[in-house]
Amino acid sequence: MLKRVLIVLIALALIGAGAFWLVTMPRPLTAADLPDHQPDLENGRYMFFAGGCASCHATSGGDDPFHLGGGLELKSPFGSFYAPNISPDPEDGIGGWSTLDFVNAMQKGLSPELENYYPSFPYTSYQRMRPQDVIDLKGFLDTLDPVTSSVPDHALPFPFNIRRTLGGWKLLFLDGKQFEPDPDLTDEINRGGYLVTGPGHCAECHTPRDMLGGLERSEWLVGGPNPEGEGRVPGIAAADLDDWSQGDLAYALESGFTPTFDSLGGSMAAVIRNTSQLTAEDRNAIAAYLKSAQAQETLR
Amino acid sequence: MKHLLFAGTTIALLTATAASWAAMDPIATRQAVMKDNGAAIGTLAKMAKGEMDFDATAANLSVRVLYSGAAGFTSLFPAGSETGGETEASPKIWEDMAGFEAKNDDLLNAAASIKATPIADLDGVKAALGALGKTCQSCHEAYRIKKN
Repeated sequence: MLKRVLIVLIALALIGAGAFWLVTMPRPLTAADLPDHQPDLENGRYMFFAGGCASCHATSGGDDPFHLGGGLELKSPFGSFYAPNISPDPEDGIGGWSTLDFVNAMQKGLSPELENYYPSFPYTSYQRMRPQDVIDLKGFLDTLDPVTSSVPDHALPFPFNIRRTLGGWKLLFLDGKQFEPDPDLTDEINRGGYLVTGPGHCAECHTPRDMLGGLERSEWLVGGPNPEGEGRVPGIAAADLDDWSQGDLAYALESGFTPTFDSLGGSMAAVIRNTSQLTAEDRNAIAAYLKSAQAQETLR
Repeated sequence: MKHLLFAGTTIALLTATAASWAAMDPIATRQAVMKDNGAAIGTLAKMAKGEMDFDATAANLSVRVLYSGAAGFTSLFPAGSETGGETEASPKIWEDMAGFEAKNDDLLNAAASIKATPIADLDGVKAALGALGKTCQSCHEAYRIKKN
């Protein structure tokens, strides 16, 4: 009798382990999934600013956006994350990576060894990017100076320190969809939607998260408590922006000034350092998307 | 007429600021100073954007408002004024007063050097806006927490 119970228990445990293994299995892209594309370095530099890479990955405490030694601490309810070195250094950075490795990191949240990255790296947004833009960005990053640095490991308690479990998280929150323009919207709004939902990864802070740390996509861009600590992240959904014209928004992204000439601070200051590098057309496009409740329904 | 309106608004704001100084309410005073700063930088920004005609008097008055706002500003953050009055001051101010004072000095110095060579044309407005605005952003980045 006891033996039979034991057998059943072992069988159940094996089924459980098998299910866990299947559910959490990494699902990388293969070389055949990549477009045949020569990196456009100028567009790669542009994507570097559109994607806000330096805000987290620039050497902590420095002010050179192209010195990518990492080290910034990102606090969260799950523990502290430390932004890694993404300079072309082969030891400390990502110098040894292939283009496929880079696209898998950006769009699947997978390391070259197919370990899961934590979603503090906003691949849930970067998955929306055109692969060409990602490849261009890789080309640009390769031109920067290698930086040696040692970044602390993430400080996460059990069970969040088990990267394998993120495979299950990804089934819930990484839908694998690239950006699809909405034919009912203008080209300007679609371009803004691309920049907001993809490289700009605005929702990663401006959309609240559920208990598992996934974006509450039904509450798109409505803001909420600041997961990094005190204060609130303001809502930037169309309904929150009645006091802002499209021009006001574009000007804020250029200068950091609100319509009452308050100067945006906190982590938005770093965002403005990036958006100030974009073209006026793109800042207007972002603003057009933010003012369009209709666009925020279909493009998120 | 526009002159009068501008001068009137500025004086009204500065009077409010002076009133809270007199009442020895540091939180209300620093908030009032920040409103003055917003009005002053807004004048420069509107000229730079072409929403307001260039006016050397108004532009240079704005720089003076920012200069006087920054002078002694950090004394409005005494111990005991960390919370209350819907303050958006970050606790980091009291953890790192020297760092906070250095940021305030950046504004003071930027305004002082423009005061020494007053704004004479629209390009001067744009240059001043850039130099002053950078100091707003850098201090708010480190020492201000948005509550709403």
